[in-house]
Amino acid sequence: MSAEQPPAPPAEARTAPRPVLEVTGLEVRYGRRRPPVLRGVSLDVGPGETLGLIGETGSGKSTFARAVLGLVPAAAGSVVIDGEETRGHSRRQWRRLRRSGVVQYVFQDPLRSLDPDRTVAESLTEPLLVQGVTAAEAAERARAFLDQVRLSAELLDRLPGELSGGQRQRVAVARALVTEPRLVILDEPVSALDSANRVQVLEILKDLRARGTALVLISHDLGSVVGVADRTAVLYQGELVESGPSADVVNRPRHAYTRLLVSSAPTLHGARTDRAGREALRAQLTDLSH
Amino acid sequence: MTAPSHRSTTGNTALAPAPAPAPGSATAPPALLVRDLRISDLAQDREIVHGVSFTLTPGRTVGIVGESGSGKTLTCRAALGILPDHFAVTGGSVEIAGTDVAGLTTRRWTALRGSTISAVFQDPASYLNPSIPVGAQLAEVVRVKLGLRRRAARAQAVELLRAVRLRDAEVVARQYPHELSGGMLQRVLIAAAVAAEPRVLIADEATTALDVTVQAEILDLLADLRERTGLALVVVSHDLAVVAQLCDEVLVMRQGEVVEQGPTRTVLHAPRHAYTRLLISEHESYGLEKFLTPKETAR
Repeated sequence: MSAEQPPAPPAEARTAPRPVLEVTGLEVRYGRRRPPVLRGVSLDVGPGETLGLIGETGSGKSTFARAVLGLVPAAAGSVVIDGEETRGHSRRQWRRLRRSGVVQYVFQDPLRSLDPDRTVAESLTEPLLVQGVTAAEAAERARAFLDQVRLSAELLDRLPGELSGGQRQRVAVARALVTEPRLVILDEPVSALDSANRVQVLEILKDLRARGTALVLISHDLGSVVGVADRTAVLYQGELVESGPSADVVNRPRHAYTRLLVSSAPTLHGARTDRAGREALRAQLTDLSH
Repeated sequence: MTAPSHRSTTGNTALAPAPAPAPGSATAPPALLVRDLRISDLAQDREIVHGVSFTLTPGRTVGIVGESGSGKTLTCRAALGILPDHFAVTGGSVEIAGTDVAGLTTRRWTALRGSTISAVFQDPASYLNPSIPVGAQLAEVVRVKLGLRRRAARAQAVELLRAVRLRDAEVVARQYPHELSGGMLQRVLIAAAVAAEPRVLIADEATTALDVTVQAEILDLLADLRERTGLALVVVSHDLAVVAQLCDEVLVMRQGEVVEQGPTRTVLHAPRHAYTRLLISEHESYGLEKFLTPKETAR
C-alpha cells in the first residue's frame, strides 16, 4: 500500500560515500498501549546532501527530529550518525554525541535554540568551549561564522531579545554550525520568517552543501523547502510514503497523499490540479485510512 | 460577466445560503469600493496606511499581499469598521454596497457587519467560546442576524455546517471547539461569517496557520462559495502564491504603501516593483516552481 522506495542497498555495496545519517526501520511510541507515532521509517542522508522531510500535523516529523537527536527513545529500528550506531545508547552517551558537535539542530523558534540571557558571542562560543577549544580561538571562529550567515560582528554583544526574528534565526544557524557538524537537523527553520529573511536563510543552507554538511530540512510545507532539497521524503501518519529526487516528487508523485500535497501547494501559476482533482485525492485518502 | 457559474458540486445537494440576489447586475454598485484610504495612528500623529484604492464587484476577488506591518490588516479593519483604539481613517473613503461608511453610527455598523460585510481571521479558536458546542454558537449568530426562532436557528446552523463541507454536520454541531481541528474550526467560522449572506467576505491570513492540504481545502471552499453565491472576496496573505490561487486583482503592500497593483496575471508576469520581484523569485528559486515544467506553468 505504501509507495515507499525499495530499501537502499547495503552501504558497502555502494560507490557513494557512507551516509552521515542512516535511519532503518525506526519506530517510536509514546506509551506502550498507544499506536506508534513513527513506523518503519528508513532513510539516509549523504555528506553535502540536503534531504527535505515533509510532514503535516500528526505526521510524526518532529518526533523524527527528536528521535534522531536521542531526545525520545526508539522502540525499534536503528539510527546511525556518522558511523556511530546509537541503538541502546544511554542518556549519557546521547549527551556526549550531541555535545561532540557531530549533530546539531535548529528549531522554528530561535528563542528555543538560543539562551535569552546569553549574548550572541556567548551563544556561539559555548559549544566550542564545551569541546575544549581555547577562548581566543572560539571567539575567532564565532566571528567567522557570524560573517558566514551574513551578520555583522557588531551583533556579538547583543542578547537574542535585541535582534530581529531573521537575525535571531541566522544566529541559531550560526550556532549550529560553529562545531562544524556533519549533520544538522532543522525543524521548520524558515516558517516564522518573512520573505527577505527566508531567502537569506535558505541561501545560507545552500552554501552548507559545499562544506559537506548533511542537512535534514523538516517542514510542513513542501513548497517552502523543496527548492533547496536534493531529495524529498514525505511522512504521512507516521510512515514514509514517498522519497526521491525533489524534481521527481514534484513532477511524478506516486502516493495519493504526495499528489495531494503537490496539488495543494500554492504556486504562482495557479493550482496544479483543479479543485475536482484535489477532491478526488481527498476521497481516495479517506478510503485508504478506513 | 461576474455572474457566478452554478456548476454542480460533487454529490452534495444540501446547500446553504440561498444564492445572493442577482450578483453582477449592471446597475448594482460595487460590493466594496475603497478610494485612497488613509489610516493614521492618532496617538503618534502618524499616517500608517498611505492611500489604498480598489473596487470589488460581486463574484470577484481582490488579494492583498504584504508582511506584518504592511498595513494590510489595518486596511481590512477599516473596511469592517473595527480599527483598533486611536487608529482612524484620516483620508479617502470606503463604500460598502453603495453606502459610504464615514460617520456610520455604531448601530448601523453592527447591522452592516455580518449581513453585508464579514470576515475570518487567522486564529479561529480565539473567536469561539470554548465551553459551548459550535452548533449552538452558530445558531446564536443565525438567531441574531436572521431573526430565526431557536429551533429553526439550530437547523439552519447544521445546514450552514454542511454548506462549508463539514462531514457529519450534526455531529460537529454538538462538538466543542477543542474537539475540532484547526481546519474544521476555520470552516465553522466561515459558516458563521456567511450565515447572513454577506456581499463581501474578508479572509485575513485565514489559512496561514493551517497545513497546506487544509489550506487548499479552505481556499477551495471560498472559491466554491464565491461561485455559488456571488460572494465578493478580499483575500489577505503574506504569501503571493496563496493570493495568486484565487484573486483577479492583487495589491502588494509594504510599509503602508501599495507598491504594486494590477490584474494577478500582469503582476506575476511583469512585476514592476523590486519587492514584488523578491516575492516571485523566492518561489522560483526555492519553491515548487523550480521544478514545474513549462507546459504546466504556462497556464
